[in-house]
Amino acid sequence: MSQPVVPSRTRADGEKLSVTLERGGPDGASYRQTFDVPAYDKQTVLDVVSWIQQNADPSVSYRFACRVGMCGSCAMMVNGVPRWTCRTHVSKVAKGGAMELAPLRNLPVIKDLVTDMDAFFDKWGAAEARHHPSQTRDDPIAAIDPDSPERQIADAAIECINCAVCYAACDTVAGDPDYLGPAALQRAWTLYNDAKEADPEAVLDAVTAKGGCHSCHSIGSCTAYCPNALDPVSAIAGLKRASAKRFFGARKR
Amino acid sequence: MTDNRFDFRLYMLQRLSALLMVPFVLVHLGVMIYAIRGGLSAAEILGRTQGSLAWFAFYGTFVVAVSVHTALGLRAILGEWAGLRGKARDGLSVVIALMLLALGARAIWAVTMGGSL
Ligand code: SF4
Ligand code: SF4
Ligand code: FES
Repeated sequence: MSQPVVPSRTRADGEKLSVTLERGGPDGASYRQTFDVPAYDKQTVLDVVSWIQQNADPSVSYRFACRVGMCGSCAMMVNGVPRWTCRTHVSKVAKGGAMELAPLRNLPVIKDLVTDMDAFFDKWGAAEARHHPSQTRDDPIAAIDPDSPERQIADAAIECINCAVCYAACDTVAGDPDYLGPAALQRAWTLYNDAKEADPEAVLDAVTAKGGCHSCHSIGSCTAYCPNALDPVSAIAGLKRASAKRFFGARKR
Repeated sequence: MTDNRFDFRLYMLQRLSALLMVPFVLVHLGVMIYAIRGGLSAAEILGRTQGSLAWFAFYGTFVVAVSVHTALGLRAILGEWAGLRGKARDGLSVVIALMLLALGARAIWAVTMGGSL
């Protein structure tokens, strides 16, 4: 028994939300459009956008997939703050029955609430945030102690869903187009600490190149806004420590 | 810059110059308080500093560290806030460093070496 996407549990008082969307694409000028949306209990911000698209204006573009905070595709600016919309309750963010939604900051707009996330993902590659295998499928599976300090550090960030909320929150990303950003650097730190990672020095090479971890100003908007309560600013501090040690000759293994 | 790790080296230089300045700032503050508390006159201060290689070395290194550190900090701001890139940003940062160096060097020369020549 699955719930319909837009439940009909409209509140008895017939209250409406006033929802303003920032619309437009890269070619057309952006404009704002306000919709009256029926309020109901336990409504999420994504429910509101879905209601608008299904009942008021089918031309509204937005993106989502899982609706349960797993896929990382639904992030938007909600009243000026980056959030995952599928797990943000309207009751937590609406101000006086009103709400403003805009495409995620620091990324180019494709149309309406949909941003082009290529730059965000390309930077994961540039940060060398990919596993370099240390063994083949024919080798026995290496035993990893889940309680070892290194594994604990690596585990701290594996719940990242690539939603780019931290990337949108980061003022350094806004000011420096080369900066790799919190999510990519955090993944690089995870790999650096992974016992199965064959080439941690290659990861450090990538994060000390132009736009790397040293560009971060440690203000911590990434950590403050990450919906999964991850801590990119501490991961980046780890990369800074490791690369400073390497500057004086230290190697990981 | 073709060197991919140029920015990281500058980052290390900024950290190291900061590290260097910690004792300098503390000694400098101490000396200022001592000079004022003890009621030293300008002439008395100059009498102690002029011809002193130790004070020349101390404030000389201090001025170099300040010039490097400040110019690197402003370089980051020029990039992120003024949108300067590449040679324009690096060139302006070097000019700032040289200006600070010239101002500081002039003062040090006057206080430590000037009178003895
Ligand atoms: S701490 Fe670093 S990565 Fe996080 S928001 Fe600030 S500059 Fe960006
Ligand atoms: S670190 Fe957090 S905010 Fe950033 S992409 Fe991952 S889950 Fe999203
Ligand atoms: S729709 Fe998948 S995280 Fe929001």
